[in-house]
Amino acid sequence: MSATTAMTRADALRLLALAEPTRLDAVMQSLGPEPAHEVLRPAETGLVMVQGRVGGGGGAFNLGEASVSRASVRLKTGEEGHGYCLGRDSGKARQIALCDALFQRDPASVTSTVLVPLATELAAADARRRAETAATQVDFFTLVRGDD
Amino acid sequence: MYVAVKGGEAAIANAHRLLADRRRGDRSLPAIGIEQIVNQLGLAVDRVMGEGSLYDRELAALAITQARGDMIEAIFLVRAYRTTLPRFGISVPIDTAAMEIERRISASFKDLPGGQVLGPTFDYTHRLIDPALAEDLPVDAPLTREAPETASPRVTDLLAGEGLIEPDGVVSSEPPGDLTREPLEFPLSRELRLQALARGDEGFLLALGYSTQRGYARTHPFAGEIRIGEVEVRLFVPELGFEVVLGRVRVTECQMVNQFHGNAETPPQFTRGYGLVFGQAERKAMSMALCDRALRAREFGEDIVAPAQDEEFVISHSDNVQATGFVEHLKLPHYVDFQAELDLVRRLRAEHASERKREAAE
Repeated sequence: MSATTAMTRADALRLLALAEPTRLDAVMQSLGPEPAHEVLRPAETGLVMVQGRVGGGGGAFNLGEASVSRASVRLKTGEEGHGYCLGRDSGKARQIALCDALFQRDPASVTSTVLVPLATELAAADARRRAETAATQVDFFTLVRGDD
Repeated sequence: MYVAVKGGEAAIANAHRLLADRRRGDRSLPAIGIEQIVNQLGLAVDRVMGEGSLYDRELAALAITQARGDMIEAIFLVRAYRTTLPRFGISVPIDTAAMEIERRISASFKDLPGGQVLGPTFDYTHRLIDPALAEDLPVDAPLTREAPETASPRVTDLLAGEGLIEPDGVVSSEPPGDLTREPLEFPLSRELRLQALARGDEGFLLALGYSTQRGYARTHPFAGEIRIGEVEVRLFVPELGFEVVLGRVRVTECQMVNQFHGNAETPPQFTRGYGLVFGQAERKAMSMALCDRALRAREFGEDIVAPAQDEEFVISHSDNVQATGFVEHLKLPHYVDFQAELDLVRRLRAEHASERKREAAE
């Protein structure tokens, strides 16, 4: 994905949620010092009920819960940011909220500094795992029985 | 006579301190880290998440440590933890067709789009203990191969085109029941049964699934498809006004394809049992699918003749936290109840003796 491809806010939030917390901290740091902001909702941890579907595509049923953290901030310049991610890392939720707010103020630099590196790393990790999985694919062959 | 007794505080406190000591064990050995458990005992972690009904790998690993490896105790800890947290919402149902596949096999179709992919499986290993694992020897990196671009549709969707297999069923506009919010009332919807089975005890469901194969409610199953991998979890967030991806969870899905059912309106077609479990939990997902199909007996007008078909029996006993609570409560002091029983048996014996004496005199 290139920096010129416009990312939506939902794309950004997805990449941030899928990022490792240490990587997220690192790329956020390269964005510069933390912007002035107020906390709209302090980071907190709760649950989301994850649903599946009967047979894979039928009626929804409750599969089980997952821990989720969230936070909301407002920059001094007025943009509101909301962070949601699986897990109990409330620091990560706060980072996502800050980044979400910054993305609205300056999408170009957030995209090039934060989102593109995260997207590249995610694509590489997915590709590696797919390639490892692909090596375990069964190649069937037919034995020639020679009885005719 | 009833005598109120108090006591044991010091014994309990000391027992817990002793427990902490035994849990830690030999201090000359390094303590196991949570990350080590998450990475190296991943399937134990998955079982605790699945039956604890809470997806959180680090939390499950911590629970396993605290429980000294006692899985049901760890599951209990996770269940207790979840009651302390608020619920932010309900996810959009996960889409298992869009899974990042790590394993996908079908025992009924050899050639299927996306292929048979074994992934990290115990299948075809020789089940011989490997002494080399006792030493921390280097492990080879996995081999790689160019991944095909072809999608891996669910096997049941492939067959559904010809009408040979029953479809997924109608999607109700009503939200499904939630057994963590409302008490169970039998008979249950299939959705509620699946929720209960998804968090049910693996051993119990395995035994019941096995019983159906041995003839107690035969349903002639084939493993239509088993797939393991990660799916994205999405939540509609009101303050944003759109759905956001929260992250990915690994799940195991099993599509069991079973023998036919038909009636005056519908020609014979394969029926199905469904299993979906958190984590890599193939045995559990298969057992769940076998039980799901057996529990649909009423829906198909089948005779209910076996335990695995009895919804109230299966669902009321599948939860190992409830089961262990009731079984283990027998350890707690029952002095007063037992005193009453003791008085009763003494009185019965006295009556019995006087009866005998009277009979002898006559």
